[in-house]
Amino acid sequence: MKVTFPHMGHMWICLSAMLEYLGVNVVVPPPTSKRTLTLGARHAPEFACLPLKLNLGNFMEAAEQGADTILMAGGCGPCRFGYYAQVEHAILEDLGYNYRLVVLEPPRKHIGELLSKIKYITGHNSWREVIKGIYFGYQKARMVDDLEKQAHFLRPREVQRGSTDRAFKRALQEVIAARDPQDLPKVREKVRRIMGAVAVKPRPVLRVGIVGEIFTLLEPFVNYDLERKLGYLGVETDRSIYLSEWINDHLFLGLVRGQRSRKEACRAAAPYLNHFVGGHGQETVGSAVIYARQGYDGVIQLLPFTCMPEIVAHSVLPGISNELGIPVLSITVDEQSGEAGLVTRLEAFVDLLARRKGVVVQ
Amino acid sequence: MKGYLGIDVGSVSTNLVFLDEEGRVREAIYLRTRGQPINALQEGLRQLAGRLPENTGILGVGATGSGRFLAGIIAGADVVKNEITSHAVAASTLVPGVQTILEIGGQDSKIIILRNGVVTDFAMNTVCAAGTGSFLDQQAARLNIPIEEFGQLALQSTAPVRIAGRCAVFAESDMIHKQQMGYSLPDILAGLCEALVRNYLNNVGKGKEILPPVVFQGGVAANAGMRRAFEQALGWKVYVPPHYDVMGAVGAALLAREKMAGGGSTRFRGFGVADTNFKAGGFTCENCPNLCEVVEITCEGEAVARWGDRCGRWSGSLGYQDEEIRNAV
Ligand code: SF4
Ligand code: SF4
Repeated sequence: MKVTFPHMGHMWICLSAMLEYLGVNVVVPPPTSKRTLTLGARHAPEFACLPLKLNLGNFMEAAEQGADTILMAGGCGPCRFGYYAQVEHAILEDLGYNYRLVVLEPPRKHIGELLSKIKYITGHNSWREVIKGIYFGYQKARMVDDLEKQAHFLRPREVQRGSTDRAFKRALQEVIAARDPQDLPKVREKVRRIMGAVAVKPRPVLRVGIVGEIFTLLEPFVNYDLERKLGYLGVETDRSIYLSEWINDHLFLGLVRGQRSRKEACRAAAPYLNHFVGGHGQETVGSAVIYARQGYDGVIQLLPFTCMPEIVAHSVLPGISNELGIPVLSITVDEQSGEAGLVTRLEAFVDLLARRKGVVVQ
Repeated sequence: MKGYLGIDVGSVSTNLVFLDEEGRVREAIYLRTRGQPINALQEGLRQLAGRLPENTGILGVGATGSGRFLAGIIAGADVVKNEITSHAVAASTLVPGVQTILEIGGQDSKIIILRNGVVTDFAMNTVCAAGTGSFLDQQAARLNIPIEEFGQLALQSTAPVRIAGRCAVFAESDMIHKQQMGYSLPDILAGLCEALVRNYLNNVGKGKEILPPVVFQGGVAANAGMRRAFEQALGWKVYVPPHYDVMGAVGAALLAREKMAGGGSTRFRGFGVADTNFKAGGFTCENCPNLCEVVEITCEGEAVARWGDRCGRWSGSLGYQDEEIRNAV
């Protein structure tokens, strides 16, 4: 059995850590690229959401490297994500691929089924080992998230252009290389030194919160490296969802303390959007409210073209923008979106924020 | 004489302006880009040099438009700014207190909302022809009317015809239909203006709070019929500033002036660049499956700028260039 899974930003680091720790044979799909998109878009229904197309491309590319089993998260609720795994699997079968499909449904609803699926993938391991493996993966996710957060802070302040990105890449390699939970404290120390070596100078920066659909937020290929672009424009960013928070919320049911949780976002969303609309629509609205309250200079919403939950959020955001006095820019991505137009809009948005605040950013 | 140079390289037109030290427009040049931005820019510089007195000093240069990075490299710009900011700066300098800018060019259109002199919201349309000047160009060509006479003729209309303007293709067939039904030419032209205005307000202007003073700029602002259609739809007076068709370049020059006020000397390469051999080339990088289309600008055969790579492999290898552009942005 050779297990693969779709890409979503750096998620593969966490997943391979967990699976490999448990002795599962893993095929990480090649990094998402234009080829992935072309392959996926050719075989997916035209109006399917962009993430589905990219997942499909990932699976096709992973098959070239011998993967035979797909591991995917399931979902429920009004948006299309609930059918993703099955639709993708059906398309792959039609194309003649021989993939086994293992869908991990959310534990809240189907805990028994979830456990049996995990057992299926992890085989002979004891539950104790399985839990250790999952926790190992989670810890890596947390380290990667911390690195990203540091990079968000450093980029607009770095003295030498690109030094943050270089340090981030090196630090990431260290995290990837760790084979055993016991090594993590040492790795943590090492990456702290690597990131600490980035020289910064105090300068005025703008703070922007990025909200939206999880896949678009986490996958730099789809969002055109939004966070890096903004960093270079002198903007410190925060993101409404990090992978480790998602794991804690959805798999650990919020067991780990001290991590931001979707509950806060949903509470903050209440006056504007009071019920679940699928995907992360409610979190998007709530996080925008929270960013406004925290004194952020602006909010950017990222959404895939035709994404239903985010379209609902999109129609609510102008009201929040008016009431709470925070500029909001919505960016829709699809396989046709051009980078030049995006850059122009980002630059204009940053100018708007800077002039509004009366600061000169680089 | 001394002053500032503003350059706006867009897909349809390439505009240059020269501003004196007080910020007054002294020269303005409007050229067609014709898919060759480097040639257009060099031609513009040549013409401008010919019009300015021999000993004119350039104190600063600003570049804007979709070709702003290219223009910035070739001319040596001190400021490289996006179109939204440049247009907003120009309009709010020429019409103090402006709260809404309607901008319609040949291939794109935008709306910019300002409050207290600061941009608070904006939107752009670069894909749908029905919301841009090319819509009027096409229909004028169909009707055999020179686009310059379009506006005056439309003003003669007393009862504009309602034309379905949601999409350029439908509008055309609807217009032919109305023509066959015997409506007068001015009424049809005025109807086209109203269709474009409706379209613009429903797409680009959707959800925007349009408050006066309203400024209308971009090439299409030359059309008096369009101005009247906007005034009727909005219920406000609509100002068309002088130099409405080169506002991006004016804004870029103003931004250069603002930047140079902080001291330092300009990076302008001199009017001689009009005769330097610049070339824009490109290649597809095959080092990974992203297959980026990399644009490369060469000066006398030597690469001076590259962009279009996702990973920085090509743009980063020219070290200084990256830094320089970024400092100017
Ligand atoms: S959240 Fe949006 S993009 Fe994701 S599956 Fe649902 S509709 Fe599609
Ligand atoms: S420029 Fe970089 S990202 Fe683009 S194809 Fe080449 S190696 Fe890949």
